Amino acid sequence: MGAQPTPGGLLLEAEGLGLERGGRQLFSGIDLRVGQGDLVQIEGANGAGKTSLLRILAGLSRYGFSGAVSRHAPQLFLGHHSAVKGLLTPRENLAWHIAGEAEFSADEIDQALAAVGLYGYEDVPSHALSAGQHRRVNLARLYLSRAPLWLLDEPFTAIDRSGVADLEARLALHLAGGGSVLLTSHQLVAVPHPLLRLDLATGLLQ
Amino acid sequence: MWSLFHKFGSPPWLYRLSGSILRWLLPITVIALVAGAVWGVLFTPPDFRQGNSYRIIYIHVPAAVVALAGYYVMAIAGAVSLIWRMKMADVAMRACAPIGAALTFIALVTGSIWGKPTWGTWWVWDARITSMLILFFLYLGVVALYEAYENKELAAKACAVLSLVGTVNIPIIYKSVDWWYSLHQPASIKFTGGTTIDPSMLYPLLLMIVAFYALFTCALLLNMRAEILQREQRTAWVRRLAAAGESD
Amino acid sequence: MRVAGSAAFCARLLRRQLVLGLRRPVEIGNPLLFFAMVIALFPLGLGPAPDTLAAFAPGILWIVALLSNLLTSEGVFRSDFEDGSLEQLLLAPQPLYLSVLAYVLAQWLLTGFLLGLLSPLFALMLGLETGAIPALASSLLLGTAVLSLVGGIGAALTVGLRRGGMLISLLILPFYMPVLIFGSGAVQAALAGAPAGPYLALLGAMLCLAVALAPFAIAAGLRISVDA
Repeated sequence: MGAQPTPGGLLLEAEGLGLERGGRQLFSGIDLRVGQGDLVQIEGANGAGKTSLLRILAGLSRYGFSGAVSRHAPQLFLGHHSAVKGLLTPRENLAWHIAGEAEFSADEIDQALAAVGLYGYEDVPSHALSAGQHRRVNLARLYLSRAPLWLLDEPFTAIDRSGVADLEARLALHLAGGGSVLLTSHQLVAVPHPLLRLDLATGLLQ
Repeated sequence: MWSLFHKFGSPPWLYRLSGSILRWLLPITVIALVAGAVWGVLFTPPDFRQGNSYRIIYIHVPAAVVALAGYYVMAIAGAVSLIWRMKMADVAMRACAPIGAALTFIALVTGSIWGKPTWGTWWVWDARITSMLILFFLYLGVVALYEAYENKELAAKACAVLSLVGTVNIPIIYKSVDWWYSLHQPASIKFTGGTTIDPSMLYPLLLMIVAFYALFTCALLLNMRAEILQREQRTAWVRRLAAAGESD
Repeated sequence: MRVAGSAAFCARLLRRQLVLGLRRPVEIGNPLLFFAMVIALFPLGLGPAPDTLAAFAPGILWIVALLSNLLTSEGVFRSDFEDGSLEQLLLAPQPLYLSVLAYVLAQWLLTGFLLGLLSPLFALMLGLETGAIPALASSLLLGTAVLSLVGGIGAALTVGLRRGGMLISLLILPFYMPVLIFGSGAVQAALAGAPAGPYLALLGAMLCLAVALAPFAIAAGLRISVDA
C-alpha cells in the first residue's frame, strides 16, 4: 500500500498463483504482470475461482493459496458487496467511507454522485434506495479515487444499460490516464482499449 | 538450523520422525507410568492427616501441570502457524486441544474425588480447582472454534489467535482466582500453599510428572500422525505407505 | 481531496460508528433494557428480602453487566461484515490497530459507558448501600471497557460464522472472569468500608494491557474472518 510503481510501470505482479478448495484444484500456475494502462479481464466458468483470484490479488485472501503477489501501487477494490450503509445517506457513505483513502470535499462527492446518476439522492437515507442504486453509490468511488489500480469484481451486475455505458466510459478515461483495471465479468467489456484476457482454466494471458 | 525448520514443515519427514520417536518413547512412557503409580501407591508412607486418600495426587498433580503446559505448547504451535504459515504447526495445535482438555478433565475429576474424603464434598470452589475449570473451558473454546470453521486452514489460524490471547490471559486468570480465593477463603478449609512435602512422597510425584509429559508427547504425536495421514491421503507417499501396509 | 491522516481517519470512523448507532436508538436502549429486566429477575428468584438482595447486589450487577456486554459485543462487526464494509476497512491504507480501537470505543460509548452512568439507578433497585455506588459506577466504567476490547476479539473471530452467538460466549466468558473478580471486588470492598482504589487500579492496569494488545488480536481475527 502506498508504494510507488516500479520503474517499469508495474503496478501488480503475481507469480505461480494456485488455489485448491475442498480437494479440487481451482487454478494453478497463474502468472500476471499488470502495468500502467493495462486492462485485464479474468475469464472462467462459474466456480472457476475468478472472485477468489481477485481477492488474492487484492490481499483479502492471505491463507490457503500458493504463489506470491507483490503490489506496487495503491489500489481500489470493489467487491460483490457494496459496503453501503442503509442508515447513512449516499453523501455520508462516501464522505466517511471506511476505505479511508482520503478526505473528499462536499463538491467532489456531489459531482461523483451526479456522475453515477444519483443527482437528487444525495441526502436520501440509503435504505430507501434500490440495490442497483447501492451499486451506483459504490461505483461513485471510481470518480473520487486516485488509486491507479482498480480491481473490480463483476462491476456490471445490477446496473442498467445507461449505467453500463457510463461505467465503460469511466474505465476508458482511467485507462487513458495511465491507470490499470483488472476485472471479472461474464459479459464483453466494450471499452475502446486493448483488452488482455486471463483464462483461469489454462492460465494463459492474451 | 533453518533447513531443519523447513524439514518440520514436510509431512512425510515429520511422519517418519514421529514414528521413530514413538518407537522408544511409547515403551518408556508405559514403564514410567506403571513404575510411578506402583511406587506412589505401595511404597510411600500414608499422610498423617489425610491417610491414604492423598495418593490421588500422583494422578491429579501431573495431569494439572501437564494440562497447563499443554496450553502453552498449543499457543506456541499457533504462533508458529501464524508467523511462518507452517501447516504442520496447524496440525500440532489442532492435536493439542483435545489432549489438553482430557488432561484438564482428569485433573478436575481426580480433584473432585480427592475432595470427598478431604473436605466432605465433591466440589469446592477452591482456587486451584476453579483455575482448572477455567482452563477446561479455554480448551473447549478452542475445540469449538476449530469445529465451527468450515475451512480448516482458517480454523487453525483463528484458534492460533485465540490460544495466544489465552496465554496472555491465563496468568491473569490464575492470579486473580488465587487472589479471589484468598479473599473469600473460609477459615476451616486451608489447604493450598505452604505445606511441605516429604521427599519420600515427592520423588514418585516427580516421576509421575515426567511420565505425564511423556504421555502428552506420545498422544500429541499419535494424534498428529493421524491428522497428517488424513490431510495427505491423496499424495503419493501416503498411497505407497498404505500399499506397503507399514505403520511408520 | 486531501490524503487522510490516520488520526483524522479514526475520528471519522468513530463518528461514522456513533452516527450509525444513534440513528437506531432502539439498539442503544436494548442492552439497558436487558440489564433492567435481568436485574428484575433476581428478586423473583432470590426472594424480595432487602438484606439478601443487598448482599448479592455487587455480584448481580456485575454479572448482568457482563452478560449485556457479551450480547452487544457479538454484533460489533456483524453488519459491516455482511455489507462488505469490513473488507474495505482491511484494504484501507490506514493502521488497522487504530481503526479497530475506534470501533471498540464507539461500541463502548454506546453500551458500557451508558451502563456505567445508569448503574446507580439499578443499584438502588437492589438496595445497594449508597456509599458503594461510586465504586460501582467507576468499576463498571473501567471494567466494561476491558470487556468491550476482549469481547471484540471474540466478535472478530466469529463474525464470519453463521451461528456465532453461542460460540462467542464460550470463547470469551473465561477471559471475562478476572474483570468480574476485580469489578465486584471493588464494590464489595466499598461495602465493607475498605478503599476501592486498589481494585480500580487493577482494573485500570487490565485496561492498559487490553488497549495495548487486544486490537492486534481483533485485527488478526478480522483478517481471518474476511478471508473465509
